[in-house]
Amino acid sequence: MLDLTAAAAIAQIEAGELGAEELFELYRSRAAEHGGDLGAGGLNCFTWIAEDGSPAPAQPGAPLAGLPLAVKDLFCTEGVPSQSGSRILEGYRPPYTATSVARLLQAGSTLLAKTNQDEFAMGSSTENSAFGPTLNPWDRTRVPGGSSGGSAAAVAAGLAPWALGTDTGGSIRQPAALCGIVGLKPTYGSVSRYGMIAFASSLDQAGPLTRDVTDAALLLEHMVGRDPCDATSLQFPEPIARPRAERLDGVRLGVPAELQRPGADFAGAELEPGVRAAFERALKLAEELGASVQEIHLPHAPHALSAYYVIAPSEASSNLARFDGVRYGARAQAATDLLDMYTRTRHDGFGPEVKRRIMLGTYALSSGYYDAYYGRAQRVRTKIADDFRTAFESVDLIVTPTSANVAFELGEKTANPWAMYLSDYFTVPMSLAGIPAISIPCGLSAPGAGAGSSPSSEDVGEASGSAAGGLPVGLQIAGPAFSENRLLDAAYALEQALGFDGGAGRV
Amino acid sequence: MSELEPVIGLEIHVQLATATKMFCGCELSFGEPPNTRTCAVCLGLPGSLPVANARAVHFGLMIGLAVGSELAERSIFHRKNYFYPDLPKGYQISQYDEPLCLGGRLGEVRIHRVHLEEDAAKLIHVGASGRIHGSDASVVDFNRGGTPLAEIVTEPDLRSAEQASEWLKLLRTTLRQLGVSDVNMEEGSLRCDANISLRPAGSQELGVKTELKNMNSFRFIERGIKAEIARQRKLIEGGGTVVQETLHFDPDSGAISSLRSKEEAHDYRYFPEPDLLPVAIDEQMRAAAAAAMTELPAARAERYQRELQLSADSAQLLAFRSELGDYFEAAHDATTDPPAPAQALANWIAGELVSRLGDGEDPAASRVQAPALAALVGLIAAKRVSVGAGRQVLDKLVAEGGGDPAAIVAAEGLQALGGQDELGVIVAAALAANSDAAERVRAGNQKAIGPIVGAVMRETKGRAEGTEVTRLVHEQLGI
Repeated sequence: MLDLTAAAAIAQIEAGELGAEELFELYRSRAAEHGGDLGAGGLNCFTWIAEDGSPAPAQPGAPLAGLPLAVKDLFCTEGVPSQSGSRILEGYRPPYTATSVARLLQAGSTLLAKTNQDEFAMGSSTENSAFGPTLNPWDRTRVPGGSSGGSAAAVAAGLAPWALGTDTGGSIRQPAALCGIVGLKPTYGSVSRYGMIAFASSLDQAGPLTRDVTDAALLLEHMVGRDPCDATSLQFPEPIARPRAERLDGVRLGVPAELQRPGADFAGAELEPGVRAAFERALKLAEELGASVQEIHLPHAPHALSAYYVIAPSEASSNLARFDGVRYGARAQAATDLLDMYTRTRHDGFGPEVKRRIMLGTYALSSGYYDAYYGRAQRVRTKIADDFRTAFESVDLIVTPTSANVAFELGEKTANPWAMYLSDYFTVPMSLAGIPAISIPCGLSAPGAGAGSSPSSEDVGEASGSAAGGLPVGLQIAGPAFSENRLLDAAYALEQALGFDGGAGRV
Repeated sequence: MSELEPVIGLEIHVQLATATKMFCGCELSFGEPPNTRTCAVCLGLPGSLPVANARAVHFGLMIGLAVGSELAERSIFHRKNYFYPDLPKGYQISQYDEPLCLGGRLGEVRIHRVHLEEDAAKLIHVGASGRIHGSDASVVDFNRGGTPLAEIVTEPDLRSAEQASEWLKLLRTTLRQLGVSDVNMEEGSLRCDANISLRPAGSQELGVKTELKNMNSFRFIERGIKAEIARQRKLIEGGGTVVQETLHFDPDSGAISSLRSKEEAHDYRYFPEPDLLPVAIDEQMRAAAAAAMTELPAARAERYQRELQLSADSAQLLAFRSELGDYFEAAHDATTDPPAPAQALANWIAGELVSRLGDGEDPAASRVQAPALAALVGLIAAKRVSVGAGRQVLDKLVAEGGGDPAAIVAAEGLQALGGQDELGVIVAAALAANSDAAERVRAGNQKAIGPIVGAVMRETKGRAEGTEVTRLVHEQLGI
């Protein structure tokens, strides 16, 4: 049962060869056994797991056949803790369910668990969670990436057949890459944001984290669509189809020079040799499948990270203002007056990275600095979107590594925010442009030699997973807005040719 | 020091009479139990998103058209960020540098802009004082939170408290007639802040202004502005300078106190609301707003002057209270024999009829039918009934309800005296009976005519026309 992809499991349930309740119970018990607290030897990838004996609602005829679904903590789920990885929302149970989740439940999904994440989706390692870090199932001394690290680890470890995540600057794609699974960030606006606890409203997008490309298409099919509750949502122009392409004949792939060779300002974003090798093998394979590969230019892409770290914190500083202790969530008790209550509540409730970004954003929006920071970042954003538009006149899809490195060690980058921010170097440009991008596993690589290796890594070597065989490398494929079907087809063809086996990540 | 001139601009917040709130589907609240008209959106729950109310945009455009604004093809919502318990998201969704409507004029006052925003929730301070100082606790009622507001900002074109209050009444009538708001100051659906400064008369520069907040009746506005003008005048004349600050007027004590000084002024960190799309106004929305317009008070007054030759005062009086205007037009449209002249009708409605009805009562709801009043005014104009007798007929119409004025005149014997001969005899008798007074009038004391006219009126039961009596007295005394 565990070897089945979600699509295969649905086929067996529909054929009467597998019971939905049986499958749910398998995943539920595995999630409880292996996904729980670090103290209990788990991966800590869940913040809530469905209770033992909770019925897996049989949904006869529903397209998703009762399949269990893991959902990132920041999606509101009625009556179920939805805390966005934050102390300030500890125990918060919303009175309503996010549109994207509600649609999947409507289509026959069953809520299995909520997954751990960086607090308010701010991070690239899931270490910024109030509920402790999630471990990478491939190597428990390493991070699963983030911010949707709990979702990525759960799917990679085989503790959930598939999961929902959100991507603001790479938060689906990067953890998918680091955990050896598929992660898709759809076109901005194609999936409703209603009920997603917001980080950066103009960038946040929900998307699937799955074992393979087919599952990603299947989950996405039931997520997209205009939602009257989200003014920025759009009707997807065509149904999401099951990918079937076996060849890439005539497909023009562009490799952006700027994302291959980061400049001196971005020391730390250079590709690890093993990542470069895996990426180049994938390009060769694409050519063998009939694609043409050419170098292209996204001249403003190197500025993407700077623009992103103005825009996203600015929006976040406002989005997080509602956590004031007045109506819900934690409230500091010892306060002497209103201002003191606000200050203490937010001091105690938010972690350091969230505070850092609130301060960044508050500064960038403040009077006198607005034009120099926020205004300028928005102009850069427009230039980046224009770069992509121009590039897509000469190529069909753009390919890059998803991350410069494989999974890094726990604690390796926590002391250096800039090093952590560089994790988004390859994924942020697409986020700013609002275009879809998918990460698929394209091979294994030994961890980067010498790059911040921890002195304790050998001591815990035995306890770690299968790092010896190498860690997963992600290939990112991006397309124009609403080109998801084309994107999924190309990803599917490459996936078949690559033949990546994620079995080593399973626990 | 030269004479100081007050310069006043107003910021008016109007709650729009939409069915639902500005950014969610909750119905508007009219005194329901606290926190019963709320949802995830207007409570600012995590993950909720705003969706702009199309009806509120429509109402905003109507206001813009009514005050002659330019309707922006594209306007955007901004977030105004600050912390307060009545603001559940930590920001108010408002409009900033790209408002819905720009410029315009209403009466003698230029309009700066009209924009849309959401109302805050209501803070209730628990404790003896009922105010924030000295309260034991504060609780929040979110029923009001998210109610659509139009903010109308004037240019600083007003020069006195009375003018401000009068102009605000014109705005209120205009908005009421548009049907976009209940415009009830006591209930808070119309709220007014005033920006006040003084400058040497004739100067074009603006002085330092203060902002007087949230005055909730016309009377308070007038008193508040007067008090602030007096405070600034005293300050400046005493050699001091006005400090820019926000002020509160206490109608009980008449005192003005500072709410917060400029030093603590918020940096609202405005930025475009990323959860909403820009408001794009197309031809269809423009046409819908134009089609929903009715004739507004200023235009109505102008029409009364142009087409019916009413005096400016009468035209405004009728037009600015639309129920009087409606009644006037119904009376004017009635065909009567003899016909009622427009100005006489206006005088009788605005003067005699209104004074006989309760304060603010709609004459259409009274017992006096508009055609009956027109018939009465026609009789008076043709001098078939004297003014005094006409008042008696109107008393009967108001008290007893309806009836045909001509029939009342006949039944009560109130018809005007037939010609000069009949009245002349009565005047002669009155002069004879009051010979002392007659002598004094002849000697030039006009006031002495009173007893003579009084005697004539008594004799005629008021059917004689006062002016005609006076004329005959003079004639018979040879002056």
